[in-house]
Amino acid sequence: MASIDGANGIGELPADQNRLGEDNYLTHERGIRSWLLTLDHKRIGLMYLVVILSSFVLGGIFAMLIRTKLLTPGNSALMDANTYDQMFTLHGAIMIFLFIIPGIPATIGNFVIPLMLGAKDVAFPRLNLTSFYLWITGALMALGSIVTGAVDTGWTFYTPYSTTTNTNVIMMVGGVFVLGFSSIFTGLNFVVTIHKLRPKGMTWFRMPLFLWGIYGTAILQIMATPVLGITLLLLIVERALGVGIFDPALGGDPVLFQHFFWFYSHPAVYIMILPAMGVISELVSVFSRKHIFGYTFIAYSSIAIAVLSFLVWGHHMFVSGQSLLAGMIFSFLTFMVAIPSAVKVFNWVATMYKGSIWLTTPMLYVLSFLFLFGIGGLTGLFLGALAVDVHLHDTYFVVAHFHYVMFGGSVIAFLGGLHYWWPKMFGRMYNETWGRIAALIIFVGFNTTFFTQFVMGSHGAPRRSYHYLPQFEAYQRLSTIGAYLLALGFVIVAVNLAHSLFRGRRAPANPWGAATLEWQTSSPPPHDNFAVEPVAGDPYDVEAWMYDSRIGGFVRRQPAGAPAAS
Amino acid sequence: MLSRAAVQAGPGFWMPAQGSTGAVAVDRIFWLVLWVSVFFFVLIVSLMVIFVVRYRRRAGREESEPSPRHNTPLEITWTAIPIMIVIVIFVWGFKEFLNINTPPVNAYEVQVTGQKWKWLFTYPNGHVDEDLHVPVHTPIQLVMTSEDVIHGFYIPAFRLKRDVVPGRYVKIWFQAVQTGEYQIYCTQYCGTGHSDMWAKVVVHEPGGFEKWMAEAGNFMKTMPPAQAGERLYRTLGCAQCHTVTGEASTGPTWKGLFGSRVPLEGGRALTADENYLRTCILDPTQNVPLGFQPVMPTFKGRVNDPEITAIIEYIKTLK
Repeated sequence: MASIDGANGIGELPADQNRLGEDNYLTHERGIRSWLLTLDHKRIGLMYLVVILSSFVLGGIFAMLIRTKLLTPGNSALMDANTYDQMFTLHGAIMIFLFIIPGIPATIGNFVIPLMLGAKDVAFPRLNLTSFYLWITGALMALGSIVTGAVDTGWTFYTPYSTTTNTNVIMMVGGVFVLGFSSIFTGLNFVVTIHKLRPKGMTWFRMPLFLWGIYGTAILQIMATPVLGITLLLLIVERALGVGIFDPALGGDPVLFQHFFWFYSHPAVYIMILPAMGVISELVSVFSRKHIFGYTFIAYSSIAIAVLSFLVWGHHMFVSGQSLLAGMIFSFLTFMVAIPSAVKVFNWVATMYKGSIWLTTPMLYVLSFLFLFGIGGLTGLFLGALAVDVHLHDTYFVVAHFHYVMFGGSVIAFLGGLHYWWPKMFGRMYNETWGRIAALIIFVGFNTTFFTQFVMGSHGAPRRSYHYLPQFEAYQRLSTIGAYLLALGFVIVAVNLAHSLFRGRRAPANPWGAATLEWQTSSPPPHDNFAVEPVAGDPYDVEAWMYDSRIGGFVRRQPAGAPAAS
Repeated sequence: MLSRAAVQAGPGFWMPAQGSTGAVAVDRIFWLVLWVSVFFFVLIVSLMVIFVVRYRRRAGREESEPSPRHNTPLEITWTAIPIMIVIVIFVWGFKEFLNINTPPVNAYEVQVTGQKWKWLFTYPNGHVDEDLHVPVHTPIQLVMTSEDVIHGFYIPAFRLKRDVVPGRYVKIWFQAVQTGEYQIYCTQYCGTGHSDMWAKVVVHEPGGFEKWMAEAGNFMKTMPPAQAGERLYRTLGCAQCHTVTGEASTGPTWKGLFGSRVPLEGGRALTADENYLRTCILDPTQNVPLGFQPVMPTFKGRVNDPEITAIIEYIKTLK
């Protein structure tokens, strides 16, 4: 298998395989202006990748500072209680609004969607660039609040605390409002792109599942984000003008804010996870060298998740004082939304059955995802059960649960997808050995950090706490050690990927043997995406591709257009 | 009534000691969900590991074997079975949730007030305490509200939690099954001192609660005035605006206050003696110190003369 895994004596690749050194989208136009004003979805995707990964690093630095403080239960020379409160607020706000909500759709999605459709670009390239600059504006506003009075409300901005604190809530919330529009425009763009730009032969049920995931996400972005926008405007109005909407001192209702906030922020959880599920659906088929199992169930479950996710926001409020009837309905619907996620997991595992499982770095992230998302999903059952949630709500158990879903789910899938599409983006292969080592370190580091928090949470340790009881010190220390390990894993990923840009083996057009259309153009693709218009077939007919050691990648068994043998 | 043997006295790997009837009931659901989760998790991870080992891509096994692309009966089965399991969890969870939220009619009532950053417990006889004292094996109802932002009242040993919202009253109840002291936390983030909003539930043996109440309610008579004043400083809410450390807050600090010259609005100044302090407590807007807002509420009718004396004696000790 050395011929498959390692760099061998591959000479120059023809231009239909690798376009480095020739005209490709990276070199088609030159100069900083050609990037900043580009309408090319691939370049916009890369610009998003740079700024979104930078946000991830920033949010990660805050996380490391928080974890370092928590090594000791009492006061810390590193930061006082107020700084700590600002740190966890910034960590949450940056990771949620700047990193994980736009995350996969704006970076991988922007780059891959038109390619998967065999199209030249998204439906509205100018709107796409507008979304990018809205993101930049919103991010600058949100980060600007750090210097003008870093917000200490938690990323949830609960009233009346957020309307009475003296930090710069208006600027942060204004930034999130603008980021919301970036998200809405991206969603709109992708919905229209998927509706209108599908190639001949690609019916809805012959679409790659990544596109189903993105489509479900886009619907949520369009329908849920305006509610967040209005809620945040109301918050600004109350703070700036003293109009009583949420603050009981002014005649408002603080629980109303929570309803409004979670009406967006619960669907937002699925904005984070649906694209990740789409990525996993692609990867598990390609690296099992086998057709995806149960395509229709996976596709429908994406839509079921999107629809049900609008109806479960109240499960964040079981102890907030909402009515018992509301609690009952939200609990029931919460259990129902667990089902389509479980169905997907079963289908992914079944896809591996009798496959030819190729343990590349992206596949290691798939296995990691199944393990971690499994725990994330199952611990949701504890929190969905009303009486048990009363105990676990707002403890470290919840912190661990949503990190298992968002980090163990979305971020791990993002990493898998990034390694998978990296050769297509840059025309170079990353180092497989270091990729695998990093995936392993991240897996171990993640579990050390967050599994500990499940145990601590079940014993009642409250979240967002600067001081904690000495009984939790051992757990907190273990968790911090895990976090450092996690950081080390990310440093290796960053070095490995950066190194590949200069020293990586040249990538063939289809290094993994995938059957989706983006692999049927050169790596990196030309400015117009395809030299020859591709013909859409079954996106999971990976068995039609066989390894060719001369180019270090896969080629079609039959000439294009011939009936596939199955 | 639960037998003592059925109650878990100390913390396990999961979950703290069981201090109330509700804790025992909630833990049963917890363990059901835990074992369901363990079953499905082990199932999925074992399949993954077995598949990776058996079907690993290796020399001589570069392609997959033929296998079905879907199997409708199988897919319906693995949709239907989880639905049935979660419905059982849902029904049980809701049933216990109803119990937590439905206090018995004969429950002993304690008022709980959350404020930045402490809990105050007011007993039917008017006694205010910083810890919650209750008798064992007696249903206790808590009627809770907040004076400022939302707080979260949480007793892990009782598996009991509720957001305490300003401008409304919420009720929860419990029945302790073991004597001892248990931790109270604030779980709804409320600012700088959020993680310091700790208090204790002290569960007394039969007879012990009445004895404690008789002593605690009598502290004005049993404690020296300055010590009683310090207690009133905390339980009346003075500490919300007045520090005793010299730091500035909404109101002037009490440190070094007694005997000092206090500049007032309009260029006047007064000496902070007993009469000045008494006026400040009963008619706070009459002599507002320079640089402060007239925001202090009157305590007329809320404190009696011995209590005012005790507070002034306490201020005198703060040099």
